[in-house]
Amino acid sequence: MTLAPGITLHGQASIEGRQLFAPLTLSLDAGRWTCLLGGSGVGKTTVLRLMADLPTGAEFDGEITATDKEPVAERIAYMAQDDLLLPWATVEKNIALGARLRGQKADVARMAQLLERCGLQDHRGKKPSELSGGQRQRVALARTLMEDKPIILLDEPFSALDAQTRAAMQDLAVELLDGRTVMVVTHDPGEAARLGHAIHVMTATGLTAVTPPTAEVPRAVEALETLTCQSDLLKLLMGQAA
Amino acid sequence: MRVFSAFAATLFALTVWQVIVSLTDLPRFILPGPALVAETWWTNRWIIAEHTLVTAKEVIIGLAIGTALGIVTALQLATSKTARLLVQPILVFTQALPVFALAPILTLWMGFGLWSKIAMAVLIIYFPVTSAFFDGLMRTPPGYLDLAKTMQASPTRILWHIRVPAALPNLGAGVRLAAVYAPIGAVIGEWVGASQGLGYLMLLANGRAKTDLMFAAMLTLGMLSVLLYVMVARLTRRLGDRET
Repeated sequence: MTLAPGITLHGQASIEGRQLFAPLTLSLDAGRWTCLLGGSGVGKTTVLRLMADLPTGAEFDGEITATDKEPVAERIAYMAQDDLLLPWATVEKNIALGARLRGQKADVARMAQLLERCGLQDHRGKKPSELSGGQRQRVALARTLMEDKPIILLDEPFSALDAQTRAAMQDLAVELLDGRTVMVVTHDPGEAARLGHAIHVMTATGLTAVTPPTAEVPRAVEALETLTCQSDLLKLLMGQAA
Repeated sequence: MRVFSAFAATLFALTVWQVIVSLTDLPRFILPGPALVAETWWTNRWIIAEHTLVTAKEVIIGLAIGTALGIVTALQLATSKTARLLVQPILVFTQALPVFALAPILTLWMGFGLWSKIAMAVLIIYFPVTSAFFDGLMRTPPGYLDLAKTMQASPTRILWHIRVPAALPNLGAGVRLAAVYAPIGAVIGEWVGASQGLGYLMLLANGRAKTDLMFAAMLTLGMLSVLLYVMVARLTRRLGDRET
């Protein structure tokens, strides 16, 4: 992995002339976790998809730059709410998908290491249908890491999991994604309060930066400052809804 | 359970059939009873078997060729916009034509032998196979395509590693449908002009008022179709969760 750069998205987006989000500037600090929090339909997923150079259906007027001036889209790895595991392929083949899609040979040593770190050693030959939701999401995380990219874009990655699995996955992701530039798009204030080195609340009018708790991530779920931050974020979100 | 249900259904149908024959007292050349048909079937078993083999051969070759052509066409359509613009309307239009009307001309072109019947079977199954597989190829879950794009995959590799395997269940459904249609195609071909095959035998028996033999041949054709369907279904089910 090359040294993780910082990313800045600056601009506005519209769908068929109707504004999706007003001009905004979102900066991801190099090697840190940035949480983009917002309700449905504010365009937070569009922001992520623009960074990944994925089709959005929106007209984007602006630019996305890296601190090292190199192109962004080819240096990202992407993980979505849906684990997107291929149902016909084994855990191992799913993790090595990127190499197969580029016609390369998968790095066997790296695969073995990732299987172990994600606790999937005993599941390498299984099909996704034989796994639980948490296990499937661990496979998706391993696949994301197998790509070994400096920038990681997570689109509500843990929102389909139950509470305790979600917390465990957050801990694992922070541990494994250490040193990379990570953006998490989420609608869960608790997740933002636990994970964000920087937290931005997105509304139709723009971004509001919220000061995160001072503790290192992943923050303890029960810590007072995490809970305070979570309720502040929730209030901010509810305020918009009213 | 399924075997039992099939057995019970057969028994029920035979009973109803026999009851109708007994109650109405219809002449045997109008509606022969199941017992008579079974007897005729047994006395003519070698003749029927010979004609069954001919039809089975036509159907299986037709199924193989039609499926192969359908797969190739669907891949072409899925990968080329030009092919979609040019070929798709033609494909739909040909499907709107009654293929049966082509049977005489096919016989004229290809003779009374095997190939005019195979061509008929191919014509009938080509569209369902193409259309089912093409639909599958065009409906790859968009999330997979997003993921592949972030992995810098080429369109060809996306096709082989994601779109084709994701569409295999659709192809399976198309081929299962084809297994049901193909015998119909072959028999139509035989009706128009043939010297062997179950279609030919049915026509011959009908012309001589041997309705019992006609029924025996028809039921044999039905069994052949069901057998083919079961075999194809078993094969394509495996295709559905195959690793690629």
